[in-house]
Amino acid sequence: MSGNDAVVEGAIRADVDCYFGYPITPQNEIIGGMAARLPPLGKVFLQSESELAAISMVHGAAAAGKRTMTTSSSPGVSLMQEGISYLAGTQLPAVIVNVQRGGPGLGNISPSQGDYFQSTRGGGHGDYYTITLAPDSVQEMLDFTVRAFDLADRYRTPVVVLADGRLGQMMEPVELGDPAPVRRIEKPWALTGAKDRPPHFLCSMRLPPGDLAEHNRELQKVYREIERREPDGESYQTADAKIVFVAYGTCARLCREAIDTLRDEGLRAGLFRPITLWPFPRKKLQASLKKAKRIVVVELSAGQLIEDVQLSSADRLPIEFVGRMGGESPSVKELVALGRKLLQKKRKSAAKGKHR
Amino acid sequence: MIDAEKKVFARSPVLEPNLTHYCPGCGHGIAHRLVAEAIEHYGIRERTVCVAPVGCSVLAYKYIAIDMSEAAHGRAPAVATGIKRARPELFVMTYQGDGDLAAIGTAEIVHAANRGENISVVFVNNAVYGMTGGQMAPTTTLGQKTTTTPTGRTMQNEGGPIKVCEMLSALDGPSYIARVTVNKPAAVRKARQAVLTAFGRQLEGKGFSLVEILSPCPTYWRMPPVKAMAAIDEWMVKVFPLGVFKDKESAGARNEKT
Repeated sequence: MSGNDAVVEGAIRADVDCYFGYPITPQNEIIGGMAARLPPLGKVFLQSESELAAISMVHGAAAAGKRTMTTSSSPGVSLMQEGISYLAGTQLPAVIVNVQRGGPGLGNISPSQGDYFQSTRGGGHGDYYTITLAPDSVQEMLDFTVRAFDLADRYRTPVVVLADGRLGQMMEPVELGDPAPVRRIEKPWALTGAKDRPPHFLCSMRLPPGDLAEHNRELQKVYREIERREPDGESYQTADAKIVFVAYGTCARLCREAIDTLRDEGLRAGLFRPITLWPFPRKKLQASLKKAKRIVVVELSAGQLIEDVQLSSADRLPIEFVGRMGGESPSVKELVALGRKLLQKKRKSAAKGKHR
Repeated sequence: MIDAEKKVFARSPVLEPNLTHYCPGCGHGIAHRLVAEAIEHYGIRERTVCVAPVGCSVLAYKYIAIDMSEAAHGRAPAVATGIKRARPELFVMTYQGDGDLAAIGTAEIVHAANRGENISVVFVNNAVYGMTGGQMAPTTTLGQKTTTTPTGRTMQNEGGPIKVCEMLSALDGPSYIARVTVNKPAAVRKARQAVLTAFGRQLEGKGFSLVEILSPCPTYWRMPPVKAMAAIDEWMVKVFPLGVFKDKESAGARNEKT
């Protein structure tokens, strides 16, 4: 199936109650799939009049205590930032899938990773973060959609699945297996009508300054807990690696292929792939850099992931940067050539050192 | 004979015993009471959810004892749609001002109405932005002076006032659309009937209903409360005629009783 189809499958496996969305390329298979599959299951599908409305409908369904989500692509997700800030401020669980495309502005419909900052630094106004999961395969498009619902419910926060047009469109085999049991949790705060309890008012508003400061401290406490418990990343061939590629999503796939070629040539290259972009897996990255002399950051942007890498390795190591924008992508061949150059230069200079 | 023990009037139990923050002579207090009394009338307090707007009535949750949700400015009909679709058994309403409903939230109200969304909207129109300090509203009338139309609104520069009831009644989705006012007891009685009818439509599953309430804003009309009440008849009603604009089952009604 395609990555976009996998999101639909994942949502159904997570027992989503309500989906709201507005069409935008390259994620239209998701909204189409939801329209076809949710109503026969007795679940809510509604095409909204805009992304602003879609995220607000998500807000309503989340406030009513239901599992709810929307999907979009970069320009649409920009419009949703208003609602995402309200979701964060109101502590409502929801899932947003961003199948990124090229920007800024209308850009184009090619794959991009230009929304990294938007997704990992909050994105809208105010002090908040959204957990950001970065799949790198069709399988993970499915698995991370399910995981996003569990995380959203556990921390009462919006969770973003940050994919890109290539992951959305590409076809891969997926292991379906038996769906894992759905992890529903109690939502005693939900709006269900004030029966046998005082009325609930769900809001981000705290007009007295002291109240808002306290509310923000509570939110930050949750973010610190997420930073302690949820950072996730994957190391590939890093135990003895002299150069470590750092990349997520589709770029991680390119790097893995390049590393396999370099390894065949006896060159010690590895990959670290952040899976949660926020919270960024700093410790896991540092652990994968034990033998590293150099880092190569590869991303489909002008340099956004690289800032988290710099913060994590505290500029201890030199960083090479490979960034492509506007729908362009580095080739595996190019990454292999760069790896060879960096590793062989090191050999040569090491050899020179011995002669001296 | 007068029975001294017989209680003829009491505050609705759906209203919280709080003093409101509204300015003297503001219409929101009356509108809140109409909403509370209609909820009491139908006995639906325990299954009602109201979406509060951004604007003067942002603090409505302090005054009406029901579950409430906040919405971003203008998005109340979309949030209400999410709640209603998620839990059709709830009675779901929005309470919105003119800036919220007819400027920043125009898309949301038009599409909720067009879907025949089975929600009820109480739309308080006072032709001015109150919360932010008296700026031009989408319903500010031609010639009306506000802080952002200091020499009066003109057709040439700002366009005319948006007539929400007339506009929405052109759609097939709405079931009931009426414009009322609250400037004198007889008008309040009519307004009460309109709110009851609107809420009844949702309870019968007949689809979208909206009551526009012309409401005085003495502070930003810059006149004393009594004069503001009179101004509704002398000025506002001439631009926004009272009456029922739509009264039929929504073309999209699912007839699901709430």
